[in-house]
Amino acid sequence: MIDNHERADEPYEPPEELGGALEGANLASPVYDAGDLGALTSGWKLALKSFAENRLAIAGFAIILFFILFCYVGPHVYHTNQISGNVLNSDLPPGAGHPLGTDNNGYDELGRLMIGGQAALEIGFFAAAIATVIGSLYGAISGLIGGFLDGLLMRIVDVILAIPYLLIVLIIATRWRGTVLSLSLILGLFAWLVPARLIRGEVLTLRVRDFVSAARVMGGSRRRLIFKHLLPNALSVVIVNITFQVADAIIVVALLGFLGFGLEYPHVDWGDMLANANTALGNGYWWLVYPVGISLILVVMACNFIGNALRDAVDVRLRRR
Amino acid sequence: MTRVLDIKDLSTHIRLSKSTVQAVGNVDLYIDEGETLGLVGESGCGKSITGLSIMGLLPPGGSIVGGSILLEGRDLVGLPEEEMRKIRGNDVAMIFQDSSSSLNPTKNIGDQVMEPVMLHRGASKKEAYDRAIEVLELVGIPQAKERMEDYPHQLSGGLRQRVMIAIALTCDPKVLIADEPTTALDVTIQAQILRLLDDLKSKFGMSILLVTHDMGVVAGRADRVNVMYAGRMVEATTTERLFDEMRHPYTQALLASIPKMDQDNSRALFSIPGLPPDLTHPPQGCRFRARCAYAQDDCAESEPKLVGDSLHVAACFHPVVGGPLREDQMLTLKHAASYHGVGSSDEEPLLKVVDLKKEFPVTSGAILRRKVGSVHAVSGVSLEVRRGEIFGLVGESGCGKSTLGRVIVGLERPDSGQVLLDGQDVYAKRGKELVKLRKNLQMMFQDPYGSLDPRMRVASILREPLAIHKIGTRKEQEQRSIELMGEVGLPKTALERFAHEFSGGQRQRIGLARALTLNPKVIVADEPVSALDVSIRSQVLNLMKRLQGVHDMAYLVISHDLAVVKYLADRIGVMYLGKIVEVASGEDLYANPAHPYTDGLIKTIPLPDPRGERSKKDVGIKGELPSPIHPPSGCRFRTRCPRAQELCAQEEPVMRDFGVGHTAACHFPLIEPVQLLASKGSTQSS
Repeated sequence: MIDNHERADEPYEPPEELGGALEGANLASPVYDAGDLGALTSGWKLALKSFAENRLAIAGFAIILFFILFCYVGPHVYHTNQISGNVLNSDLPPGAGHPLGTDNNGYDELGRLMIGGQAALEIGFFAAAIATVIGSLYGAISGLIGGFLDGLLMRIVDVILAIPYLLIVLIIATRWRGTVLSLSLILGLFAWLVPARLIRGEVLTLRVRDFVSAARVMGGSRRRLIFKHLLPNALSVVIVNITFQVADAIIVVALLGFLGFGLEYPHVDWGDMLANANTALGNGYWWLVYPVGISLILVVMACNFIGNALRDAVDVRLRRR
Repeated sequence: MTRVLDIKDLSTHIRLSKSTVQAVGNVDLYIDEGETLGLVGESGCGKSITGLSIMGLLPPGGSIVGGSILLEGRDLVGLPEEEMRKIRGNDVAMIFQDSSSSLNPTKNIGDQVMEPVMLHRGASKKEAYDRAIEVLELVGIPQAKERMEDYPHQLSGGLRQRVMIAIALTCDPKVLIADEPTTALDVTIQAQILRLLDDLKSKFGMSILLVTHDMGVVAGRADRVNVMYAGRMVEATTTERLFDEMRHPYTQALLASIPKMDQDNSRALFSIPGLPPDLTHPPQGCRFRARCAYAQDDCAESEPKLVGDSLHVAACFHPVVGGPLREDQMLTLKHAASYHGVGSSDEEPLLKVVDLKKEFPVTSGAILRRKVGSVHAVSGVSLEVRRGEIFGLVGESGCGKSTLGRVIVGLERPDSGQVLLDGQDVYAKRGKELVKLRKNLQMMFQDPYGSLDPRMRVASILREPLAIHKIGTRKEQEQRSIELMGEVGLPKTALERFAHEFSGGQRQRIGLARALTLNPKVIVADEPVSALDVSIRSQVLNLMKRLQGVHDMAYLVISHDLAVVKYLADRIGVMYLGKIVEVASGEDLYANPAHPYTDGLIKTIPLPDPRGERSKKDVGIKGELPSPIHPPSGCRFRTRCPRAQELCAQEEPVMRDFGVGHTAACHFPLIEPVQLLASKGSTQSS
């Protein structure tokens, strides 16, 4: 109408830049253009942006970075003797030569905090890695194959979850020598249950999504479905889970140390350092409790901040417009 | 008449983390006593937010930034929450779209209906109980007294929506806001619910604000209609005037882009180009300008105000004259005719489905899954799709049409029966041969969000089918992707993007491009446009139809929307509870339906035509789809059929001929079958 009759004999040419104004052309032909495209943003960039906008996450990241530097670079700058104690120096309050005082064996508390932190961080990350790898594979297999095997595998998880897990860890810990590796293994081997359930749930929902069906209609093999579609989409859940696993492992290893089942002397973990917290506080030796306790809380909190932010960031990336 | 609700200059904004959506801008609206006002527009135009603003139930970040909402002279804007709570559910009630998520799953429906009476009227438990039974009966819930103890999950979608209405009615509200009350329901149930709302309105003299995207729904029910676009009211008038003498180009375009039952389906559908604007940065001047055929320079300079008399206002500098677009004015292109006509059934059909059965076991128990029954999803379906033909499959949700589609493309294995492509049985093949055969059978999915892998760029999505079948080098595959993007009207730059960066219509185009990649012979399209807005829907329908002609493919289009299927398809199959009850060409089916179910379906479709819609006497099909676990004996439709007799329960009807290419399975059809006519003819002549 209006000026369309003049245009009708012109062939319709899609404009070069689609989405611009198309005066009149719409009446004359079926519309080929699909409208404006949103601004170009890569998914990961979007996720990174959302992560960077989260102040708590940045704080968490800074805290973790600080403790890594503190524990691994610190000892090279601040030299202390952590091999043999000096009983003559035991329980000194903070002062010259010992910024955080000494413990009841005469070790320098600040230096010990660094060494103990190494063990805590290492065990945390190793245990989380072990738990995540086992859990993801177990969960993915269970969710993918489904049917009877799924039922069986998940009932096994239920059974293990029903056993008081700390009890088993304690029993095993008393039998084995407490090294970083053995503790990581013990913790990892008991912590995979939660990620296993998580990943299974994720795979179950992904499996019936239309894009997986689409790949099947194209003739895609099972291998392709798993590696090209299911795993990449479940990856975000795995990554988020790792951060929470680290926090959990650090807490549990501290607990073991506190109960006296931690690393073998003279190796030390933050939990071991807290083993005598009760008497230390009773004697007024606050420097033996607060620095370690606060460090522990800060690291665990930072892990949780990062995990929360990652979860939000991944959500943003996949959010529907 | 008294003015019950009067909204003046209402603006509602929704604050996001970095931007503000100007969802509703300077909207005026009023409803008189006992009146139904239709509020129509596409999704995201602000119609739901207008409804929620009245209720004071805005989403997080939402706030009314200006204007007034007068309910019987009392301004609701700025009223303290405590006062608002007394009004909500009492003076103003609301029905939501999704009855499954708006009822509390842990409380029985009796308690939920009683709650507002006890809250607002201070009624005793006994009084509330009686009142609950009264309203449940009023909304047509059979055996209301026994149903009081039921939980929402025990009711069907239609019954749940009736319960929602009952809850809204318990306190005799002055205004009822119905936000897409029937969008989630089947057409047959939709007609029943709309009829119910109408009856209730005339019985109680309520005012109804009917918020919907469906022009057919407002045509039959609303006294006046307001049209919204991009947060603005663009036109407001009586229903008849809106459909006959609209002034705003958007109203005209919206009406023209709805496929009608009597549409000439060899011509392209009218469609509105582009997408609605982003309301975080609304455009200067008229907001419809970029998509408007009448736009001139002054439209960009300032924004038009609503002008007109008390009967009819529109916001446009260059209003439409002469009413709706006539087909000859649309100058729509003719589709390339590739179809050879209904009669040419001699040649071997491209796709043949023979007596296909698919049942899903119903199990109980966690480990040892005992089979306690089965859902008869597809019970012996046979159909043929010919070369270059579009075959449409319609039916209510739960009739097994999607399962049939999934079995045909190989996503589900049938329990028995055959799927023959070019004479080769798909399910007899294994391994490499099956993969090769599957190349020719592709699928287009309903959900534009779920069907594209969120981790992949469009380039990888389009290359995947070629990579699976190891066709061409990487370079050639990329070339093919670029070619496909051109075909579906997306720019080359879109290849670099992820699915979440596209709108629903654009994603559906990508889905179609992916299905086209392998040059299949048949594409099964399962509800390809039902998730899309009206203006986008016609774009995608045109595209599908054009590409079908260009590539000489066949489509099997599955939809619940008869008008969509009628426009797309050459032949249509009507499915009911796992069986095909009638097959005919589109024209034939619409003009001379043989099966009472087909007839009922055609009658229930809401027409975008006020006179036609109002002249409808009956609601079409009674009741709801029976459970497919225990389908009725004999003819499965008999429980809802107005013509059913004893024979229907005893004997299953067989397919009979009703003309060329027209078959139906009914004992008491609406038209005479061919053989009967022939035998009658012969007895008369002898």
